[in-house]
Amino acid sequence: MTWLRRQPAWVTVSLSFGLLLLVWQLVVLVGAYDAFILPGPLDVVRQFGVVLVDGRLLRHSLITLSEVIPGLLIGAGISLPLGYLLAKSPLAERLISPYLIASQAIPVIAIAPLLTIWISSTFWARVLVAVLVVFFPVLINIIAGLRSVPQELYELMQSLHATRWQIFRKLEWPAALPIVLAGLKLGATLSVIGALVGEFVQPRTEGLGYLLITARYQFKTDLVFVVLFTLAGMALALYGLVTLAENRLLRWQKNQ
Amino acid sequence: MNQEPFLTAQNVSHLFGEQQKVLANLSFGLPAGGFTALVGPSGVGKSTLVRLLAGLLRPSSGQIQYANNQPPSIGLMFQKDNLMPWRTAYENVRLPLEIQGVAEGVADTAVRQMLDLVGLNDFAQSYPAQLSGGMAQRVALARALVHRPSLLLLDEPFGALDALTRERMGQELLRIWAALPVTVFMVTHSIQEAVLLADEVMVMGGQPATIVARIQIALPRPRRIEMIGSKQFQECAGAVRLAIEEKVIG
Repeated sequence: MTWLRRQPAWVTVSLSFGLLLLVWQLVVLVGAYDAFILPGPLDVVRQFGVVLVDGRLLRHSLITLSEVIPGLLIGAGISLPLGYLLAKSPLAERLISPYLIASQAIPVIAIAPLLTIWISSTFWARVLVAVLVVFFPVLINIIAGLRSVPQELYELMQSLHATRWQIFRKLEWPAALPIVLAGLKLGATLSVIGALVGEFVQPRTEGLGYLLITARYQFKTDLVFVVLFTLAGMALALYGLVTLAENRLLRWQKNQ
Repeated sequence: MNQEPFLTAQNVSHLFGEQQKVLANLSFGLPAGGFTALVGPSGVGKSTLVRLLAGLLRPSSGQIQYANNQPPSIGLMFQKDNLMPWRTAYENVRLPLEIQGVAEGVADTAVRQMLDLVGLNDFAQSYPAQLSGGMAQRVALARALVHRPSLLLLDEPFGALDALTRERMGQELLRIWAALPVTVFMVTHSIQEAVLLADEVMVMGGQPATIVARIQIALPRPRRIEMIGSKQFQECAGAVRLAIEEKVIG
């Protein structure tokens, strides 16, 4: 245990992942499942090689990614001004927040079919589903971040006759940034789910969602696993990107 | 000391909301370049008065007038250092100059001078979390003075510091005040601190609050901590204490 604690993160992650694969392979061997019920890790790796080589995995991944990224950017982009408005104006909060909260009570999977009826573009319908999923948690964090600014710092800025823009730029934005970035991390993983939901209700011949559905119909369970791992990898990569941005932007936190 | 008042408050009253009167008919003057201390019980409205003087609040009635009829440039400091944790000490001190749009080179010189004055040049690149409480308050003081305000408002500036650091900071403040042409108004809980630092101690009390006593402190300057033992100091402190006991508590 002490030895394990002293290892760098990549060693512990590799170890735990290796252990997971081992247990998985054991379950397959002991249970003697058919590959279409539970494929072993080796089957999945083999299938991964196949779809990687024939280019299908990359093509579908890029299409999903092309929905995830605008979904994340637009979702966060809408949250920012709206969050500012809600944090600053009690009236706006009273008027808008009941709808925002009510909208979160309806699962996005239930709204998504409506969106595909209203929006003819497959791409934009899927992006919009991702936007809907990303939007709320990022919004909540932006509001929480802006509200965390100490009142006395506002007074300090006012005593210096700072403009509204200066107050935002030099006080509110940097003060809110740690919480906003935490929201963005959450949003990054949710955007992948959002795009996938969008693809489920709009399964034209493209995207990882489409690949998942067709693989399931054809009982290619190993391919289902490949898609699942790819989605997880995509979410992890986006999360990692936000973490990287965080490390750069919040360098001052390292010194605490 | 110039006897021309730098700031004159005339019948200043302040209400919270519609009903609750916090301050009633305050009238006083702050002499230009002087050091005035305000003492009084917690919650009496001292911080409200600071915010009125800073122009952050408008008095519900009455007037606050300034010598040249225009609002002065203000330095503000609170009990908490309120430094921005994402800025280094240097960048925190530079903040007022950035807001005023001062050219970078000029700002750099001014910031370095201020850090020098508070003795923190070696910590210019430190973040607030790396500074001790006393150091952080010195950075806050440097920030409050870097744009050379004509009025320095201190709201219990050393209230969160330990007793020894607090005494040292008081001496530091006097040294800086002597070096700069600034009018100081300081709220404090400590009678001893008020008497040792100020030219005049105002006592605030009542509900709504008024200025119940104004005590001139005729101790010679420069003031040193050793003066606390002197008879003259004890008399002044006794007068402030008596005013509080008779007119605020009694």
